[in-house]
Amino acid sequence: MSVKAAPLPGADREGHAASGVRPQVQLPWSKAFEFATRSVRIRFWRSMITAGGIFLGIAFLASVLTSQAVAGPNIEAKEASRLTWLVILSLLVCAVGITNSMLMSVTERFREIGTMKCLGALDAFVVRIFMIEAVCLGVIASSLGWLVGTGLMLLLRLIAHPENEAILGSFTMGAGLKILAFCVPVGAFLTAFATFIPALRAAQIPPAAALRVDV
Amino acid sequence: MAVSEEDVKTAGNGAAAAPAAVGEATNGKKPGGHEYVVRAKDLVKEFQMGQETTRALNGVSLDIKRGEYISIMGPSGSGKSTFFNMIGGLDKPNSGSVFINDVDMAQLDAQELAFLRCHTIGYIFQTFNLIPVMTALENVQLPTIFAGKSSEDGTARAIELLEIVGLEHRLHHKPSQLSGGQQQRVAIARSLANNPSIVLADEPTGNLDEKTGKDIIALLRRLNKEQGVTVISATHDHKMVDVSDRVVWIRDGRVDKIELREDIDLHIGSMGNEDDEA
Repeated sequence: MSVKAAPLPGADREGHAASGVRPQVQLPWSKAFEFATRSVRIRFWRSMITAGGIFLGIAFLASVLTSQAVAGPNIEAKEASRLTWLVILSLLVCAVGITNSMLMSVTERFREIGTMKCLGALDAFVVRIFMIEAVCLGVIASSLGWLVGTGLMLLLRLIAHPENEAILGSFTMGAGLKILAFCVPVGAFLTAFATFIPALRAAQIPPAAALRVDV
Repeated sequence: MAVSEEDVKTAGNGAAAAPAAVGEATNGKKPGGHEYVVRAKDLVKEFQMGQETTRALNGVSLDIKRGEYISIMGPSGSGKSTFFNMIGGLDKPNSGSVFINDVDMAQLDAQELAFLRCHTIGYIFQTFNLIPVMTALENVQLPTIFAGKSSEDGTARAIELLEIVGLEHRLHHKPSQLSGGQQQRVAIARSLANNPSIVLADEPTGNLDEKTGKDIIALLRRLNKEQGVTVISATHDHKMVDVSDRVVWIRDGRVDKIELREDIDLHIGSMGNEDDEA
């Protein structure tokens, strides 16, 4: 997105003088990115807890997908449908977990959003900060979730059947990457979605109302 | 921390570096609009609470001159905070209009409103509302970022302002590491970051003890004189009366009376009781 090159040098001097109210400058994405990364860094542990919610959801999803992949195509129909249900269930658990984490992390910052708007932040900028933050957390946490979920599931299989090397027979590197390619977008999308709604709502309400909110 | 003689001296330098907003603001103004920086006309605001509709403002009109120090007084629930939010563009009236520097706020779109909040109005809150994860310096610099200033200019401006409010030795402290009075000073410095023509203070001394509150009031008055910024403060702190040019009493969503300071001195003794019901 391009910066609208508003002629700002000295604008604060003359800007308010005449009736010269202009549209506010749009800050570039890079600025929003700077805000977002700083916010994650400063609230590191809080961010880790949020990321933990995403991580657990995706780890569960990945482990179920992995056990499904390990079972391969030659399983009984009954077992196959049981696994499908598990996948759907894990997706749901994952969605609820992520939504919950992100809702919390946005609502606890309502006041901050109101303050930023009082200082001249545009709605879009506020939403953008939250979205960047969310997607970064979502991608990182989902990748880790995949790593741990899939890894742990394979490891457990090996431990349970050490004598049977063929137990992982139908599981290939490709299958693992396929699960990754599924899990990360799902994680990122759910995170972004769960952030977008409350962040947009927070950015759109009048600052006075945002400042009144006690969380 | 007391606003001591030294503070006033440092402020002198600061004021020299940041020329008074008044002079600039009057330059290039359209004829007819010199005098009033805020004009509110017949403001009505209603709040919906379940089935009931409460009328917080019931036709409030007020004109505020450039460079004035105004206190809006009234008990809690009188509508003064609502009025304050209206003139600050933080909330919209159901009817009536607010003009800031002759600009009708109702005519502004979201981006212009953000511009106005960023450049024309500085806000100070009872609860300080500093960003907790940022240092004093970063908090003061924040409005300059939204104004699109470079970070060098912003930092320089923030340091200058923190010197004016006497916090040059607390630049890198987080709000949690500062006392209430210090946090409010940071907030005052932040409100001035983009040379606004108006500073709106909502109960600026509400969360402070007697002594610190006095210092904050003195600081606001000093900035009002030195920087020429119009100060409008909603309060029920009677210490404010001493420094205000005019006091506007709000009661039940209406302007009860407007008094000049000269007149107030006469019957200041009788006002103590009204505060208690708040």
